[in-house]
Amino acid sequence: MIFEDEPVPGYPLPILPGHTSPGRFERVLRSGAFAVTTELAPPDSADPEDVYKRARIFDGYVDAINATDGSGANCHMSSIAVCALLTRVGYAPIMQISCRDRNRIAIQGDILGGAAMGVCNMLCLTGDGVQAGDHPQAKPVFDLDAVSLLALGKTLRDEHHFQSGRKITFAPRVFFGAAENPFAEPLAWRPQRLAKKVEAGAQFIQTQYCFDLERLELFVRGVEELGLLDKVFILPGVGPLPSAKTAEWMRRNVPGVHVPDTVIRRLAGAERPKQEGVAIAVELVQQLREMRGVAGVHLMAFKMEEFVPEIVQRAGVLGPRIPWYPDRDKRLAEKKATA
Amino acid sequence: MYAVRLWSVRHARLLERLYQIFEDVCLRLHPLARAVGYERLERPVAAVERRLKGLMFDCQMCGQCVLSSTGMSCPMNCPKGLRNGPCGGVRDDGHCEVKPEMICVWVLAWKGSNQMRNGAAIRNVQLAVDHRLEGRSAWLAVMREKGAAADNTRRRPA
Repeated sequence: MIFEDEPVPGYPLPILPGHTSPGRFERVLRSGAFAVTTELAPPDSADPEDVYKRARIFDGYVDAINATDGSGANCHMSSIAVCALLTRVGYAPIMQISCRDRNRIAIQGDILGGAAMGVCNMLCLTGDGVQAGDHPQAKPVFDLDAVSLLALGKTLRDEHHFQSGRKITFAPRVFFGAAENPFAEPLAWRPQRLAKKVEAGAQFIQTQYCFDLERLELFVRGVEELGLLDKVFILPGVGPLPSAKTAEWMRRNVPGVHVPDTVIRRLAGAERPKQEGVAIAVELVQQLREMRGVAGVHLMAFKMEEFVPEIVQRAGVLGPRIPWYPDRDKRLAEKKATA
Repeated sequence: MYAVRLWSVRHARLLERLYQIFEDVCLRLHPLARAVGYERLERPVAAVERRLKGLMFDCQMCGQCVLSSTGMSCPMNCPKGLRNGPCGGVRDDGHCEVKPEMICVWVLAWKGSNQMRNGAAIRNVQLAVDHRLEGRSAWLAVMREKGAAADNTRRRPA
């Protein structure tokens, strides 16, 4: 799909009726197309080119790029800075906001600042505990949690004031998202938990790594029973695993990741485990495409980012659609001219 | 104390009923408390509340108690202070991501609220805590608020 009013970096699209943001990502989801998002691993560097290099890998294959906010409680370039760089050239980032490192004063400032730079999508997270990362001696903030953060963002956007009640003159026009983990205990309550997030302001969710489609199906049906499917877009997380060893390690050490034995056995029995991991991801994406209530996928290819284009292409979920990227139209015209 | 905390969640229904009676008594005492002065009562009442709820729930004295909406499992015992449900890191055995030796307070909250008559309150969105209230009595806050509301309706002409 090509919008005739493709954005010039820094200039927003017109907001369509029923939309809350001037962004492409919301447009893609609301148009009913199957959306693909992915995650950019922020560099441990102050070189902007390190960000652009990582973003270019996904050119033409994803609708939005998550800029993670100290994920795993590890120190990296900040999400707001990555978003500043990405919006400069027109990319559609999803700015992740975690409650671990900043209080409500800082976060409200970042929501305004992010929106001012052209960030149209923000993902509200509680965040991993500091014990999980490389600075376990740090002070955890957690002034807000994901739900109260969503409520705060919605207040800024829809009621045009800070939590204090002080007015803002121009509201951030943002599409708000949240994370959910359908695979963690208490399983029966997970759809209810999502209902709370939707009530607080979540318009889309990206989930933790999904390998177990049966469990996901149960979750999505639970969400459907609560009447939420027309209020929130669900993008399950999919990621390729490089080996059985990594899969085992993740299962043991990353809380909330549920890797079934069948996946581990497949990886262990494969001649080229990395390719097998990619094949598993492709199959998952294709199966998710068919699941009622699933609006897209979120590809988390940690340290395997270069496989994202291959997964999207082999899964064939974009159809003829080429998501926007800087210089896309020029490249396409050149290709046409040479053909 | 952890063991007592677990007991409290197992008996969430009983505690819900006891709290109802306690709240009714407190509300009757509102005129008296108003006469004595709420601020004068703050320190002694908060001290009693801290001991009692500390024993029963490992209460952290956030000053804005939501135990009735969280299955009698105090959410301030969550290392992330989550007041709206569990994070995505809950282990398969229902234990906490940060403190593996502890059962997730929200796994307990879900169990407790399923027993309670007003258990559906767990679905309410809890807004961010007001850190100014830390260490203050939540009982007095409820008395004051509900008491004042009752005063207002009484004052209104019929």
